[in-house]
Amino acid sequence: MADAPHESTSGGVTDQDDWRKRYWKKNLRLMVSLLAVWFVVSYGFGILLIEPLNTIEILGFPLGLWFAQQGSIITFVILILIYALRMDRIDDEFGVSERGEDGERR
Amino acid sequence: MTDIQIWTFVFVILTFGIYITIAWRSRVKETKDFYVASQDVPAFANGAAVAADWMSAASFIGMAGLIAFLGSDGSVYLMGWTGGFVLLALLLAPYLRKWGKYTVPEFVGDRYSEGVRVVAAITAILVSFTYVVGQMNGGGIVFSRFLNLNLTWGVIVAAAIIFIYTVLGGMKGITYTQVAQYTVLIIAYLIPAVAVAQQTTGLPIPQISYGQILAELDALGREFGLHAFSEAFVGRDGGQLDVFLVTASLMLGTAGLPHVIIRFYTTKTVRGARYSVFWALFFISLLYLTAPAVGAFTKLNLLQGVQGASADELPSWIDTWGQTGLVQVADGVDTIETVSNNAASGADLIVNNDILVLASPEIGGLPAPIIGLMAAGGMAAAMSTAAGLLLVISSAASHDLFFRVFRRNSGASEKEQMLVGRLAMAGAIVVAIIAGVNPPAFVAQVVAFAFGLAAATFFPAIILGIFWKRANGPGATSGMLAGLLFTGGYMIYTLEIFGTGANDHIFGISPEGIGAIGAVVNAAVTIVVSNLTAPPSRHVQEMVEEIRYPQSRQEVGTGS
Repeated sequence: MADAPHESTSGGVTDQDDWRKRYWKKNLRLMVSLLAVWFVVSYGFGILLIEPLNTIEILGFPLGLWFAQQGSIITFVILILIYALRMDRIDDEFGVSERGEDGERR
Repeated sequence: MTDIQIWTFVFVILTFGIYITIAWRSRVKETKDFYVASQDVPAFANGAAVAADWMSAASFIGMAGLIAFLGSDGSVYLMGWTGGFVLLALLLAPYLRKWGKYTVPEFVGDRYSEGVRVVAAITAILVSFTYVVGQMNGGGIVFSRFLNLNLTWGVIVAAAIIFIYTVLGGMKGITYTQVAQYTVLIIAYLIPAVAVAQQTTGLPIPQISYGQILAELDALGREFGLHAFSEAFVGRDGGQLDVFLVTASLMLGTAGLPHVIIRFYTTKTVRGARYSVFWALFFISLLYLTAPAVGAFTKLNLLQGVQGASADELPSWIDTWGQTGLVQVADGVDTIETVSNNAASGADLIVNNDILVLASPEIGGLPAPIIGLMAAGGMAAAMSTAAGLLLVISSAASHDLFFRVFRRNSGASEKEQMLVGRLAMAGAIVVAIIAGVNPPAFVAQVVAFAFGLAAATFFPAIILGIFWKRANGPGATSGMLAGLLFTGGYMIYTLEIFGTGANDHIFGISPEGIGAIGAVVNAAVTIVVSNLTAPPSRHVQEMVEEIRYPQSRQEVGTGS
């Protein structure tokens, strides 16, 4: 039934520290990769590279301008959704998701 | 009374009625309801409330107008005011929710020291205050234009309504009125935008169709002495570096603004906080993706309307808005040859940024009910943000300053806490009215400074507090003070405030952009001082460890 490793009753501190480290590491890795996308799309495409990208035109939009005024915002929304969904999975994997008495998500 | 005024009355009275009904139904008796709405708000509703709280008079009224004249560089506001939510979602909201207190100063107080809490409470009041002034003034502009009240009365009426539902309902009343206000403001924003897009390009999706008019807009703009809309780094004097820094300041400020962070204390769970940020940015993006389109379409319609027209055949909106002083035609002009948003430019036609959205239905020739709806939307945007800010001001003043600092040892009763909370709210509103009648500068600019200050003070302190166990009280205190002095100092140096002259921008960095550097200064000082002083107590370090995990570890599926 349980798909997460059970907390050992006799494991003591080292076992505890171990899952904590792994959980935090996974969280940080997800965070860093999403922030990298965040930076590249907004500061990269929308500011630093806007002039070269503006030479490409799609539907009347110079591409750099499109990233600065539309593309970056759309990306932000998607990034946050990915984070929330992935964290649900990670929480479940480590058995730290918030559940009520009946085991359902609260 | 004109058609427009009748419709405006209808919509404004209708929406105000809704807000007051909601406030009455959700009135509260307990401090927990008053400050964090019993931590019982679903993520979807909380997202809508954050969106309304977030989208201020500046977003609704000012932003599209700013973008219309800034062009490509208007992206600093678009990216800056949305990108910060990614930081909020990934770095702040879940952890602060897990910490689970009422206010941001309370977090830094527990994490660092009572001294930091006092500094944070005072900064929260200052930052929220600069921000609330813009809201009051924005509300006043809407009232004065649409209902022919003078600005002072406009501000007072808006404040009176806010007063009723904030004092009655606290955070709970504010949250549910904000959900209603979001609905009003987004409808009011999208309907005219879709109508104008349909009218101009035949494609009713403004976010996509404004691409089609960019070439025409650039050409027409040049005829009137304006720079091209789609060209980068010509709208602001500072160029690329300044655009980068202003964007960063707005993003960090967004993530550090107490009235936004406080919203994530109201969700049921840590998971709820994560999804709240998603819903919040989703709802916000509906307006932010539309704003540049509204700016482009309105500017095109405006320029086409005055092109080649002689002084007595100008479109009628110029005359009606001229009465508010926000549109000016230079004396003795035959035909309009130059247009500007800058009153000092000496152009033939001067249009204030702030009216571009409010006048967009008239400029685009849309019918009266839509114009009335715009007014209700503008009011909703101003009031929802003002209410959230006033809650921060009153909670910082009562919860963080009064009861912790002045009444430390005398365990105040629940009743007494509520009374002080409500009195602080009332006091904040009175001060906001006075400042709202005489605001320092353009609505959106006033707000931009609040972000710089938040970026330079709160953001590094909170981030380091969550992610670096070694950060301590002396470090955070000196960091926040350094950030505040550096950023505030540069703002005073470059702006004409407190009677000082304005100096040139160093390296072209504008006062709106300095907050990003202030944040770096803050972080550096915090790290150095923390390393030189004793680490925080074991208890605090354990708390920092605990907030990383949404819940204590359970065996999955046992159900017990």
